Amino acid sequence: MIRLTTPISEDQARQLKVGDEVLLNGKLVLSRDMGHKYMKEQKPEWLKPILKGMVIYHCGPVVKKNADGSWSFVAAGPTTSIREEPYEADVLDTYQVRGVIGKGGMGKKTSDGLVKTGAVYFHATGGAGSLLAERVKRVVDVHMLEEFGSPEAFWVIEVDDFPVVVTMDSHGGSLHEIVLAQSQERAKALMAK
Amino acid sequence: MAECTIPTLTTMDEVQRKSVLPSDYRADMAGLKQLDLKPPILELIRRASSRLPQDVIDALVKGRDAEEEGSRAFNTLNDMVKNILLADGHVTPLCQDTGTLIFWVRHPYGLSQHKVKQQIRATVVEATQRVWLRPNCVSSLEGKNTGNNLDPFHEGHPVVHFEEWEKSEIEVAIMLKGGGCENVGAQYRLPDVTIGAGRDIGGVRKAIIDAVVKAQGQGCSPGILGVAIGGDRVTGYEKSKEVILRKLGTPNPDPKMDQFEKEITNDLNTLGIGPMGYGGKTTVLGVLVEEMFRHPASFFVSISYMCWSSRRRVMTIGANGDVSFD
Repeated sequence: MIRLTTPISEDQARQLKVGDEVLLNGKLVLSRDMGHKYMKEQKPEWLKPILKGMVIYHCGPVVKKNADGSWSFVAAGPTTSIREEPYEADVLDTYQVRGVIGKGGMGKKTSDGLVKTGAVYFHATGGAGSLLAERVKRVVDVHMLEEFGSPEAFWVIEVDDFPVVVTMDSHGGSLHEIVLAQSQERAKALMAK
Repeated sequence: MAECTIPTLTTMDEVQRKSVLPSDYRADMAGLKQLDLKPPILELIRRASSRLPQDVIDALVKGRDAEEEGSRAFNTLNDMVKNILLADGHVTPLCQDTGTLIFWVRHPYGLSQHKVKQQIRATVVEATQRVWLRPNCVSSLEGKNTGNNLDPFHEGHPVVHFEEWEKSEIEVAIMLKGGGCENVGAQYRLPDVTIGAGRDIGGVRKAIIDAVVKAQGQGCSPGILGVAIGGDRVTGYEKSKEVILRKLGTPNPDPKMDQFEKEITNDLNTLGIGPMGYGGKTTVLGVLVEEMFRHPASFFVSISYMCWSSRRRVMTIGANGDVSFD
């Protein structure tokens, strides 16, 4: 088990390999569909210091506003990452992001982006909304809440031993490619029956 | 290595204690027109969002115990079980994606569908305020979130199906269907030369295998497949969701179809996709199939993929006004 604290350096990211189990600590920045479109098309400068060396989490959380005005995460598992395929490689490059957490894996364009920028794709257990929300220590900040709505906003959170697995690395490796190829092979055999 | 979590939910006494339905609530079945279903529906949503049905838990545990202890597949299924216990204990959503909300209301003559729909809508707003549901209704082009889970103009969300029946009781079923798994659903038009599927049960089988391989882990496997054979493009997909209400392990009333369900489930679990697509023996928890009639020219196979967190509940209000939940 590897423990990493954000911000992550390029060297740290390049040392990670497919199959590594990692516990993440420090800050994560949440972003999904609207945020990625916005980052690619508008390249907002204000996000640069927030995202440098950071890990983006594909997640639209259930959040609760507390009586004192602070926020709590109630459920916060990963969303399907492939929807960000048109944007992710550009986001990694523009903002020098070192990791992306999501589910389901991503495609060739992102894989090439991970190699170029020096970043990894972390997989979290989909549907484990309660379990993963327990690892969120606090909500540090939120951006674009009004504009995007709560599931799409840029939430900045601090996590404690957030459990993920590296399924795509900066060397072109992808567990998703391997499982896909093997299952396609098996499907051919089943369909021939 | 992760410890093996024992899948024990909170007791029914505890569920009763946490219930938002007043213990003396009794539906006035003599005054169907004036009936207020908001309190029991709120409790139905609470249970659906936070407490996974026992048959789904049993299937996940069976899958976990078939995987090699300490493997990623084993640990992932074990984390799913842990998550189920946490959500139940805290009464928080099992998953942050509380899905598209689908209701099926079956009722005797005399109930106002208009009133019940408004009651369901009002209750969904309250459940969203209580943070049991995430606001999940956005305008398609602008992406603007309505914030309360209501489609304000066309009443398209929440989805409510009504059916009048001859029984004197009311049944309300609910399903919370996440977006990730909805995105990997598929509809095939047979014959389909790309997968060599003809207009027979063999062709249906190929369509199902193809859909599961295309879905990989993206629908949050191990999934539950609802399959409708026949119908038209709309009724096929509708039926493919409704069949997911059937409990896992309950036999298909059609013995031939029951046999087919068992065989295709075993076949799919040899694909090696595994929980979350990590690889493993547990790719699906079950396949539920129903045959419909069809137009002679059309042969659709409609497949809905339900994620492992198959959140569904059924509430029955008896002729005496008593409310029970399953």
